[in-house]
Amino acid sequence: MPKRVKAIVITGNGTNCEMEMAHACRLAGAEEVDIVHISVLLYGEKSLDDYHFLNLPGGFLDGDDLGSAKAGANRILHAAVVGTGEKLYDQFARFIKDGKLILGVCNGFQLLVKLGMLPGLDGKHNDQTTTLTFNDSGRFEDRWVYLRVNGDSPCVFTKGMKGIYLPVRHGEGKFIMKDEETRKRLRAAGGIVLQYSGPDYREPTLDYPANPNGSVDAIAGICNATGRIFGLMPHPEAYLHYTNHPRWTREKLPEEGMGLAIFRNAVDFIRNGNF
Amino acid sequence: MADRIEIGFKKGIRDALGGKIRRRIVEHLGIQVDGVKTIEVYTIADGLSAEELRQAASAPLSDPIIQEFAVNTPLAVSFDWLIEVGFRPGVTDNVGKTAREAIALLLKRRTADMPPVYTSRQYLIEGKIGRNEAETIATSLLANELIEHYKIIDGKIWDRRKGIAPYVPRVAGTDRPHTEEIDLDVDDGTLIGISNERVLALTLAEMKIIRDYLKKRDVLTARKKEGLGGKATDAELECLAQTWSEHCKHKIFSSLINYDDGEGNTRQIDSLFDSYVRRTTTEIRARLGKDDWCLSVFSDNAGIIKFNDEHNLVFKVETHNSPSALDPYGGALTGIVGVNRDPFGTGRGAKLIFNTDIFCFAPPTYAKPLPPRILHPRRIYEGVREGVEHGGNKSGIPTVNGCIVFDERYLGKPLVYCGTGGIMPARINGEPTHTKAILPGDLIVMTGGRIGKDGIHGATFSSEELHEGSPVTAVQIGDPITQKKMTDFLLMARDRGLYRGLTDNGAGGLSSSVGETARLAGGCEIDLKKAPLKYPGLNPWEILISESQERMTLAVDPAKADAFLALAEKMDVEATVLGRYTDSGMFHIRYGKETVVYLSMEFLHGGLPQMQLPARWTPPRYAEPDFPEPENLGQALRDMLSRFNICSKESVVRQYDHEVQGGSVIKPLSGVANDGPSDAAVIRPLLDSFAGVVVANGICPRYGDIDAYHMAACAIDEAVRNAVAVGCPLDRIAGLDNFCWCDPVQSEKNPDGPHKLAQLVRANMALYDVATAYGVPCISGKDSMKNDYQIGGTRISIPPTLLFSVLGRMDDVRKAVTMDAKKAGDLVYVLGMTYPELGASEWYALHGAVGNAVPKVNVNAAWTLYGALHRAIQAGCVASCHDCSDGGLGVALAETAFSGGLGMAIDLKQIPGTGIDRDDTLLFSESQSRFVATVAPEHREQFEKIMDGCVAAQVGTVHAEELLMISGLRGTRILNEDIHTLKAAWQKPLNF
Repeated sequence: MPKRVKAIVITGNGTNCEMEMAHACRLAGAEEVDIVHISVLLYGEKSLDDYHFLNLPGGFLDGDDLGSAKAGANRILHAAVVGTGEKLYDQFARFIKDGKLILGVCNGFQLLVKLGMLPGLDGKHNDQTTTLTFNDSGRFEDRWVYLRVNGDSPCVFTKGMKGIYLPVRHGEGKFIMKDEETRKRLRAAGGIVLQYSGPDYREPTLDYPANPNGSVDAIAGICNATGRIFGLMPHPEAYLHYTNHPRWTREKLPEEGMGLAIFRNAVDFIRNGNF
Repeated sequence: MADRIEIGFKKGIRDALGGKIRRRIVEHLGIQVDGVKTIEVYTIADGLSAEELRQAASAPLSDPIIQEFAVNTPLAVSFDWLIEVGFRPGVTDNVGKTAREAIALLLKRRTADMPPVYTSRQYLIEGKIGRNEAETIATSLLANELIEHYKIIDGKIWDRRKGIAPYVPRVAGTDRPHTEEIDLDVDDGTLIGISNERVLALTLAEMKIIRDYLKKRDVLTARKKEGLGGKATDAELECLAQTWSEHCKHKIFSSLINYDDGEGNTRQIDSLFDSYVRRTTTEIRARLGKDDWCLSVFSDNAGIIKFNDEHNLVFKVETHNSPSALDPYGGALTGIVGVNRDPFGTGRGAKLIFNTDIFCFAPPTYAKPLPPRILHPRRIYEGVREGVEHGGNKSGIPTVNGCIVFDERYLGKPLVYCGTGGIMPARINGEPTHTKAILPGDLIVMTGGRIGKDGIHGATFSSEELHEGSPVTAVQIGDPITQKKMTDFLLMARDRGLYRGLTDNGAGGLSSSVGETARLAGGCEIDLKKAPLKYPGLNPWEILISESQERMTLAVDPAKADAFLALAEKMDVEATVLGRYTDSGMFHIRYGKETVVYLSMEFLHGGLPQMQLPARWTPPRYAEPDFPEPENLGQALRDMLSRFNICSKESVVRQYDHEVQGGSVIKPLSGVANDGPSDAAVIRPLLDSFAGVVVANGICPRYGDIDAYHMAACAIDEAVRNAVAVGCPLDRIAGLDNFCWCDPVQSEKNPDGPHKLAQLVRANMALYDVATAYGVPCISGKDSMKNDYQIGGTRISIPPTLLFSVLGRMDDVRKAVTMDAKKAGDLVYVLGMTYPELGASEWYALHGAVGNAVPKVNVNAAWTLYGALHRAIQAGCVASCHDCSDGGLGVALAETAFSGGLGMAIDLKQIPGTGIDRDDTLLFSESQSRFVATVAPEHREQFEKIMDGCVAAQVGTVHAEELLMISGLRGTRILNEDIHTLKAAWQKPLNF
């Protein structure tokens, strides 16, 4: 019997895309979708263990005051869960060990990177090897971008996709790797999932504004070696219906927005009993 | 001894902020510098060990991949000049607060046990400049001395080993908070002196009313029981000054006006608000009868209308002009997060779904010397833009549209209009949400941020002109994340029914929020000593009127107080019981056991007599400009497209998140390259429904130079027209009026007060005439009446400005249309009549003239046209529709073409016009109620049938060839421009 899919969307402390993220999970067919305030996790009233699909939405955790998601990562690493003797991080680690799916969008991606859960080379999930920092332009920008999908990536979320058109809305989306070694290994592992490209989704580009932030190797989204943890700067939950598309009044578009496929892949993967 | 942690970028990592600052130094200040690097500095008061400091610095304060850090030793090695900028004592330091919480968590301490953390930033400048230039960079770009201090270090004489001594901006408050009693039984000169010294903005007459109240025998007897006497306490005076301020009381809008129309007729107007604004709404609602969709108007923090059976919409627009003049970033940030709390605190509370922002600035290219205390318009522009960016984006509310208006007269005070809409379930736990009931015995709970000295005198300060002594404490910085945490918490508390009513703490602070809500119960009693403070040392009056941000006041049923407070604690939001609502009829404020305010509710709210003011209308006459028709209309069109009031605002728009919450349908930018100017915003607030909310604005201050009546009429028409252009139905459009005026009260320094008041009267008359004709009720509004600057002999007054904002509802957003031409072969229509109405137009302004033929609204023709256009859009036969406003048809046609990436061939002879014999008049007249629409050939017949009886004509076609070709009234080609050239002219001016 197919599995009932349970998704959790974490909110609180400045997260602000939880509603549309949860909507995406529901449209994708998840049977149970809970928007859970982080305080509920910290008070032990709910646990990540009860879910299959963890969504870390966009926003400004703690205002991104110490750099994007820095204070947010600090909280997950150090805040204790009341009455359990464990850190919130321990629940994350268990979630990953169980092979469950994690999707981080924008601020959620920044969080995964600063926690070291992505790219998670060597299966280490608390060692930061990459970062997301200030756009080359020095400014926040809301604009739609074309993203080339790496067909050779193990990413569960982008299966069957070639390209995707989504909005970015960030001031700190420039992806940088620690060193050449990290770069090589990320590439070898198929960890580079999405790259900013031209409208034909063919070649990655470093040119502004197609590459809106100056990301190294035009990287917009990465995954870990199992493809089960995925983070991206653009917002798939912002394109769930054709009326979200900036040119829907002049182009013939399918009913469903391109962003939904990412959530569908996740839900199908879980339903098919992959863990 | 305090400790310093410095964080800088590793070698080879781009310092994007440094790069941006360098560009601004070169471009804005004209000072050549080679490079700017930035270093973030955290100063920790004391109490951390060396190891703890290192831990904090390595994480969470720095990013190991790109940053390096140093503890108590400088990171800077060499520079020509170092400028370090930090906050002055008491100024909100959001980053410092977050750092303190993060370090506490890291070190397993309670935040309260953690020493305070203060932030500052170093700018390391490379370049051959002298100390004077470094000083200019510090004061004109990097630091605002009202809220920040700076230090300049010369690289040549800097001793790296000595470093920079830590500076701790601790607030030095009074050791013993106390309440002062002030004798008002003094001569008039002393009495007005008391008002001026304390920034009370109370007039002599008002001071006398307070004096006389205190002399009443029964008042005195009651006061004695509370330990007070015949003198006023400082807290009482401050509280009355807030409550009676123009800002809170709208004295001018409720005054008795003697209006002389300049033609020998005079009439009395008993309250502009009642006679025009409220009357408009009352009449429309009566007309709607049982179909009335207004739920709460003018009585709460924002207006409420029905969205559908299950949901209500809430909308409010406010201004934050005076603070933005002094500190554009902080002023605008508090403006946006402040207006957020209005719809949030309306009824039982609403979830916020959009922001819309309208700014009025002096041109950024202003090159004349600046009068004292005035910041350069470009700095205001950048600061306001950034403040609203941080406030809006970090709150997770999409900024769906807005506009920027330029006029040199906004130099003295910029106008920063921030609007926010919300949605609430129509019922929660079976009870309607659009009302609030507060009962005697309910607890008064303050939640959110803490109280400091920030924002003291905000209400009174904005009730007078900007002057030499304008208080710096009125300036503050908002904290969107504290507010977001609070609103997350309160929405949960709302859904669980844990409170009965709520209101925000804005102007006037607790004195206003508690004072207003106490009217619902009949009195209150609170203890200010219980209020959580940012730092000790505030006097009771300061606690009472402080406008520290991010606070809401709630009425909580005592039976639910425990549950409410427990939820607050869990969600890490501070909530404190300050007292309770009573039915005593008294506004009773204590500090511990001592009573510091004891005023009857009746006196507090009803003690102020109506003002009586003269208004005299003298229509101005201007010279009619006399210039020949330009030979090159292509050049003229490019010049028009490059005017600040017309050109693209894309660089600002892109820096606002306009899509968060996932319901974006019509974005602020439309067209083939996502960069055309949309007329109105459409969003879907409920993601499982296709019902939409339409948001649009109208503002045209220039027309007020001729007649404020037409200025107001055109603003209302523009707002409605913009909404209609995207497909908004006409039957449910609600309006918000927001008047920003120059002081209309006659005085020695303001001799033409009666003229300005007459302009206000006329604007109100237009509001009534147009809004009732359109059936657009005003559901809320605001006025700001003292937008003047006076220092020495220099007086700068804004042009009278009405912003009219509308909120509409669409049943199906899939029927919406955008403004960009869609396909070659489509037919171009002009809808609505063009008259020779170039008075106060952009075309005349380009020629340095005003003229007299101001555009006028013909409400009957307009309404018929709007109805037909809406039917045509609903029928799906309109491919694009663009509102015609600043710059007239010429601009609208060009925008339609280049936004669609298509050319057009237009014949001016086909344009419906009356009394026009010049091509330039036809192209640039700003006649109202017009659109440019494109229609696919297969829809021609149906479209023309629907438009039958309206002024509508096919004037050309859309072409694949990327040229705008226009033939003139004499049949010759008068314009032939590449659409990319036109677009470039339109995009360039504000693309920085």
